[in-house]
Order: sequence, then C-alpha cells, then structure tokens
Amino acid sequence: MNIHEYQGKEILKKYNVKIGEGIYADTPEGAVEAAKKLSETTGTKVWIVKAQIHAGGRGKGKVIGTEVRGVMVAKTLDEVREKSKALLGGTLVTIQTGEQGKVVNKLLIAADVYYPGETQPKELYVSILLDRGTGQNVIIASTEGGMDIEEVAHSTPEKITKEFIDPLIGFQGFQARKIAFGLGLTGPAFKDFVVFITNLYKAYIGADASMIEINPVLKTSDGQILAVDAKISLDDNALYRHPDLAAYRDITEEDPLEVEAGENNLNYVKLDGNVGCMVNGAGLAMATMDVIKLSGGEPANFLDVGGGANAKTVEAGFRIILKDPNVKAILINIFGGIVRCDRVANGVVEAYKAIGDIKVPIIVRLQGTNAEEGAKIINESGLKVSSAVLLKDAAALVKKVIG
Amino acid sequence: MSVLVNKNSKIIVQGFTGTEGTFHAQQMIEYGTNVVGGVTPGKGGSTHLDRPVFNTVEDAVKKAGADVSIIFVPPAFAADAIQEAADAGIKVIICITEGIPVMDMIATKKYVKSKGVTLIGPNCPGVMTPGGAKVGIMPAFIFKPGRIGIVSKSGTLTYEAVDQITKAGLGQSTAIGIGGDPIIGTSTKEAVEMLMNDPETDGIIMIGEIGGGMEAEAARWIKEHGTKPVVGFIAGQTAPKGRRMGHAGAIVGGADDTAAAKMKIMEECGIFVVQSPADLGETMVKALKK
Repeated sequence: MNIHEYQGKEILKKYNVKIGEGIYADTPEGAVEAAKKLSETTGTKVWIVKAQIHAGGRGKGKVIGTEVRGVMVAKTLDEVREKSKALLGGTLVTIQTGEQGKVVNKLLIAADVYYPGETQPKELYVSILLDRGTGQNVIIASTEGGMDIEEVAHSTPEKITKEFIDPLIGFQGFQARKIAFGLGLTGPAFKDFVVFITNLYKAYIGADASMIEINPVLKTSDGQILAVDAKISLDDNALYRHPDLAAYRDITEEDPLEVEAGENNLNYVKLDGNVGCMVNGAGLAMATMDVIKLSGGEPANFLDVGGGANAKTVEAGFRIILKDPNVKAILINIFGGIVRCDRVANGVVEAYKAIGDIKVPIIVRLQGTNAEEGAKIINESGLKVSSAVLLKDAAALVKKVIG
Repeated sequence: MSVLVNKNSKIIVQGFTGTEGTFHAQQMIEYGTNVVGGVTPGKGGSTHLDRPVFNTVEDAVKKAGADVSIIFVPPAFAADAIQEAADAGIKVIICITEGIPVMDMIATKKYVKSKGVTLIGPNCPGVMTPGGAKVGIMPAFIFKPGRIGIVSKSGTLTYEAVDQITKAGLGQSTAIGIGGDPIIGTSTKEAVEMLMNDPETDGIIMIGEIGGGMEAEAARWIKEHGTKPVVGFIAGQTAPKGRRMGHAGAIVGGADDTAAAKMKIMEECGIFVVQSPADLGETMVKALKK
C-alpha cells in the first residue's frame, strides 16, 4: 500500500528520524494557518507548498492547463494562500502519473530547510527495500540526491553504496558508519547520519514497510541530516498488525473500479486494452492477457476471481469489466480444479441473465473438472456466449470476435 | 523415483483440523498419499480423518516418524509453523498459505536454510508426484504418471501445463509449485536442478512470471549444466510496469524482470520458449524428439 509524504513523515517522526518539519492542509486558509504555526515552531520565513499525491516527480510536474508546479516555494503568507489555491482541485501531471494526472486534494506545507549557513546544503539519497535475489533487506545510499536512482545506478554506479542486512543480527553500527563514510560525511553530519540511518531502518522494520525512499536526504548548511521527502510503501500482508497504518489508505488515489473489485474480493487491475478477461489464479490471468495480445487484441484488465468462481463473483466481475467503455469482448478462462466447471457455467449464465443486456461478445473457456458439462450448459443457454475447452480454441475465438 | 515426495513419504498436515486443512487432507488421503497425522495445537491426542492429531510437530516426528509437512495455517501464524517444522527435523516443508508478511519470511527463509531444510512455497499449490503422493491442492485427475517434471510459480497455470502434458500422451514425474511470493523457500533454479538430477525425468517445463530474477538464474544454470530439454514460458508479457499482478511477487520493477527480458535470456540459454501458454504440451513433444 502506498501512502502520502505527510503520512510517511509521521511514521518517521515516531521513530525519531529527523525530518523537515511540515503541517498537513487541505484548504488555502488551512495552508496559511499551517505556515504561521511552522514559523512559530521553526522560525522559518519561507515555506514550501507540496502537493500530496501517490506519485513522484511532483517538483517538475504541472497542473493541467497552467504553469503551476506540484512543489513551490512561497515567501509570504499571501503566496502560500495563492499557491495552495492554485494547486488544490487541480490535476497534476508528472512523469509517474500518466497523461490523465492526479487530482490534488491534500497539501503539505513544509518549512524551508535550504537556508544559507556555514556550508552549502547538500542533497543525498537513501532507500531501504527488499533485495529479492538474496532474500534480504538492503540499504542503498548515494551522494547524488534529488536524482533518479536508476539513472545514477546506470551511469555512475560507483556513486552508490549498498549494505545488505542479515535478518538474524539486524542492522549494525559498523554498517551505518560504512554508509556514512561512503557518502563522504565528516564531523557532526557524520554522527547525525549514523543516528538517522539507524532510526530509518527501525522505522522500516517497525512499520513492516516494503520500501522507504528518502530523496533527498539533506545535509543542511549547519550540518544536520534530515528527510526532505518520504516515499513509503507498506506490506499489504502485514497491515493486519498495524491498524494505525492501515488507516492511512486513501481510496481517492485508487482507481474506483479497483476499489469496487476489492470490495467483492476480486483482484482487478485496470489496463488500457479492448478485451476484458476474468480468470481464476494470478498466473493464469497474466497468461490469459498474453493470449489476448497474441490473438490480436489488447487486454483491458487483469482480473483474478480466486478459488471461488461462482455466480456472485462472476456477476461482480462482469459488472466491473463492463464499466470500462473500451471493452469490445470478454474472455472468461477458468481452470476448474476444486471448483467444478458446470457450476461455473451455471454461474456465468445466471450472472449474464441478472445483468440483462450485455452488448459485447463473451467467450467462456472452461477446462478441468466437468469441462464438457460446462461447455454444454453454455452452448444450450441460448445466450450470446461462445465456449471453448482448449486454450488454443479460446484464442482463436478471441481473434474471430475482434477480427 | 521423482523428487521431494513419493509414496514412502510420511506426511503430516499443519493446520490439520481447520477448514482448508481438512478439505485438502481428505483429498490427499483419497489419492492414496501417506498422511500419517496432523498438528493442531491444543487438539493433541484426538483423531481427525482417522489420523492422529498432535500438539506439536516434534510429537508428530517422534510418534509418527513424519518427514514431510504441508502447512495450511493462516498467514499470521504460518511463519511460526514453518519454523516449528524445521526445528522438529522435518526435511521437506510445503507451505500453501498465501499472505505471509515479507519480514516474517526473510528471517524464516534464513532459518530453514541454516537447518538444511527444503521449503517449498509459501503461496504455492504444493508438490505432486502422480501415482505416489499429492502434497498440495492440485486437482489430481489431470495428472498421469510419466517422465516430465514441471516447475511453476503459479497454481492454475501449472494445471494448464499438467493438462497439456497429459493430453499430449506424456505424463509427469513431479510437479513443483514453487510459489508466487517475493520470498520463497526454493528458487526456480533449485527446483529445476532437482528435476535435472532425477533419473526418472526426461524433460522439464519451467513456468515463470514477471518480477525478480529467478528464471534468468535458472536459465544460466541450465545452459551450464542442462542435460534434458526444457520448455519455458513467462506469464505477464502484457503487464504494465509497477503494477502488482495478483501475486505479491509479480511486479515489474526494472528492465531485467519483464517477461520479454526473461524470455530472451531463456532462449539464449537453449530453452524452448513458447510465446503462448497454449503451446506448452506440443512444444515438449517436439523438444523430446530433437
């Protein structure tokens, strides 16, 4: 589960990870109040207005039809108000949102941490995530803060330090020092960083995160280390033991059809194609999408109905797929193991009748337990549904209907 | 002789008396699998499905000589169940449970490796040696004893492959569902290696999906050590970057873990890669003739 920057910073604060202070706001007046309060607590005279959406690249992104950026500096309270007003309700397009962008409903008003001082502020990069190859967590750090880390890894791999964490002993002091030395830190900043990274790892473990990316980590002009941004993803499987973090879910950031599918215990991902599909099992669902593509179509979705493909789940699946206007045909592919194909077939017929007027052709491929009986039920239903037993035949039918 | 499980395996079911455990244990027993008992803490001493129930895996090992365990314990307790089995001296642990937190699996995997235990899964359909033992949730009737080994991250896609192999007139030595989580006990390469070393396996079907680098690792190993034809497929050629496709591990992160990148490496390593999952069976028949 992805969460907002301001929520991520709340988690960091709980684990004593130093952050650039900020206050949440969702109205222009709330933003001004937040800015005033920040001045009282931090003494800042400059504020950063930051759009809160589940996507990166906000600083370079623009609100559609304007020159308004997703992250802006405000030097007066009036500017805080104006810039907040310009962002709220606007649709922000960044390199990660796609063309359609994301509507901005929430803001973070942050204190400026790039103030002048003895040294130049310096941006660094730190992330913690699972390394699937070794089955261990890894900390990745780089002197190139503010940059895309994949780009840095590609062009200047020597600027990246990696530290793997043995789960049996956890993250150790020598590793924290190694990373700090690798970033070229000295003096108070070195000490501050060791504390920073140690606590950041505690936050990662404590929150059952699947990724924490702090880009940039800032060494301020007076040698402090703090998180300017916070991108955190949480492990969905572990949310049951963190009800406080589960409450961070923001469904306005999710596709409404995906939310509806989730409520029906369906695993659905919306895609851009023209052939919808409904499958039991994630692997077979992905493979079915591939079959659609090989037959000349484009998959409109991923949809795993799981182990219990019955009339209710099939109907919910139909309704969700049919809400996508791009769908020109639907392929149902069920491999009946425990679930019997004749039952699934009856479920399809029932669901079809319950919905009534389905305009797009439907292909049902049932294989496994009682496959022949299933095909017979479909064929004798009198509905505009064609059936197949072999995957190959289903592919040919897809080709025919979208021809 | 197949791999991992056979008719002599002494199998226990952890989470024996739960709904899932009961249903699938029943099916396993009906297939003729040698289920010697089960474990449900607090119900030790009772009998379920005509088999003894034990409080601990340790008891099951001591009293019933168990050497293989299959786990149907809910996700919050599954990592603990795996650790208990490894601690008790079980040598092959098959964990069906889906939804175990990643942090739990990181430590658990390290622990079972340190014990020299083979863990299959989690989030997998189990292991099937047709005619010998069904230790999983696969539908038994699609299998037929034979000489093709199958390794797959997915459940129903495994059934698809099994079905095609059976319909092609071949049969299976052992089918191993390794699981779709980001952290699994046995990698694609390790499972392929078992089948490559099995004298009763003549060919291998290797089914992967987007995410991670396991298929590439297996492909490179096959290039070096392969002695039998391998037919491969990667699901998710049309999956977009950054979106999780059902399985917790099925997500494209970078350029190396796309289906296209994996299929390319597999082809370069001499694997017969099919573009469509509908061609797995036929391609194996052809590959065996070469």
